Amino acid sequence: MGDRGLLVEYGNAIDPVVNQKVRAISVAAGKNMPPGVLEIVPAYRSLMILYDPLVTTPADLQNAFLSIEKKLQDTVIPAPRTITIPVCYGGEFGPDIEVVAESNGISTPDVIRLHSQPEYIIYIIGFSPGFPFLGGLPEALHTPRLKTPRTAVPQGSVAIANEQTGIYSVESPGGWQLIGRTPLKLFDSARSHPIPYHPGDLIRFVPISHEKYFQLLEKESTP
Amino acid sequence: MNTFLVLTPGSYTTVQDNGRYGYQQMGVPVSGALDLFSFKIANFLVGNPEGCAGLEICIAGPRLAVLKEADVSLAGADMEAKLNSKPVEPWTSFRVTPGDVLSFYQVRSGCRAYMAVTGGIDTPEVMGSRATYAGGRFGGYHGRPLKKGDILKRGKGRLLNSPKHLHSEYRPRYLSEIVLRAIAGPQDFYFREGFKIFFQSVFSVSTRSDRMGYRLTGPEIVQREDMPQSIISEPSMPGGIQISPDRQPIILLVEQTMGGYAKIATVISTDIPNIAQAIPGDSIQFEKVSLETAHVLYREQQNRMLEIAKKLAEQ
Repeated sequence: MGDRGLLVEYGNAIDPVVNQKVRAISVAAGKNMPPGVLEIVPAYRSLMILYDPLVTTPADLQNAFLSIEKKLQDTVIPAPRTITIPVCYGGEFGPDIEVVAESNGISTPDVIRLHSQPEYIIYIIGFSPGFPFLGGLPEALHTPRLKTPRTAVPQGSVAIANEQTGIYSVESPGGWQLIGRTPLKLFDSARSHPIPYHPGDLIRFVPISHEKYFQLLEKESTP
Repeated sequence: MNTFLVLTPGSYTTVQDNGRYGYQQMGVPVSGALDLFSFKIANFLVGNPEGCAGLEICIAGPRLAVLKEADVSLAGADMEAKLNSKPVEPWTSFRVTPGDVLSFYQVRSGCRAYMAVTGGIDTPEVMGSRATYAGGRFGGYHGRPLKKGDILKRGKGRLLNSPKHLHSEYRPRYLSEIVLRAIAGPQDFYFREGFKIFFQSVFSVSTRSDRMGYRLTGPEIVQREDMPQSIISEPSMPGGIQISPDRQPIILLVEQTMGGYAKIATVISTDIPNIAQAIPGDSIQFEKVSLETAHVLYREQQNRMLEIAKKLAEQ
């Protein structure tokens, strides 16, 4: 990946086991950064290592990450955290929920029930600050993207695209199907931890009412 | 210290520094000056420590009224800048005093000019950096390009005893026919004939080019039919060249953290400043180099930078 980035791949599919390995290696490496490493970016099945070529070489880095991988059993990796995200489904907050229901031949309450059941794994955070790409969406909810993306999707929108679900953590353009909205402010550049989760953590959605949505919004809640 | 009042903002003027590192895993791109070579020299020219914030001025420049005495330097693109009515040259520093007006005009060569000021432009640090990330609406001046009426502060710093200038042998020349050196990308095997065509063809910089990425137009780069249309999204690096579904290349830049299409090649770090100075309509050709060569060139560029820093410190 260029002359300052090294991509280390740990598998070639979207797979929770591979992703947990990526997470473990990223946590272990973060505790004791090999020399010359500027930043580690975990993804679905790979780590991108940003390095200073004046200090280290790709070969040295490959060895360093291989030995981290070998010693993984002896390293204490804290278990991934589960973050609960309240969501007000449907209505003005989820204008596409009927589309998701109809295209899968189920009812709107089914969409809510199915979507709030699993613990989703955060595979990668990107596209916009704090946007989590979540794996584990039930097959009965898989829905293609919109034909024409919206120019502005409101902050907090919970959405579906094919086999993925995610949250628009900040307002941005986007083409995913919107099914609900969380009142939580997921990204805040002024907080010491700008987002409340990391790649490899788990997310669970909890349905809330309109009233509860506005109560939480007023309190400017964070997870 | 209120130092400049923005009389007119120019087409896209932002506060930038060396970039915001450590937050890409949260989806926060590095941002920062696109042409770090020119940006760093601008800081050296006013005697600033590396990393002070300055202005990145794109294509059409602003007019700034001076409110506080300072040394100012210009580097990168030539925007026919004038202090009051007197032309001031890029790659030099000069003293400004209250009542002066610093005016930039249409770009004459290159695309982005950099302006540094004694002590650096002072805005609150956000996640360790003053770089503007307009897409996230944070960093720099309230997370956005400058507007008329904005007031820019500067940090504390010592004024120079005498103005500095960069010797002409170090000044880059911006041509409209650009050659970018690149190494094979992480998905180079997605292409067969397309890989050859990519390195043999001339592309043109599209008007849809910005700090997120430069879109190029040229011959179609076709993927192998036995390869999927997209890849599992992975982190991106400035310089990564993605082939989008329209079979045209995009050079990914500093306001991007991930990509979902195959990357055919990566522009070497040493040549990223040359992309920053390309304007729509310029032609681009890619020259394939090895990773080892890229590292040799990187080392040479860093040594050159140290040499420039030393010479300017002695002036």
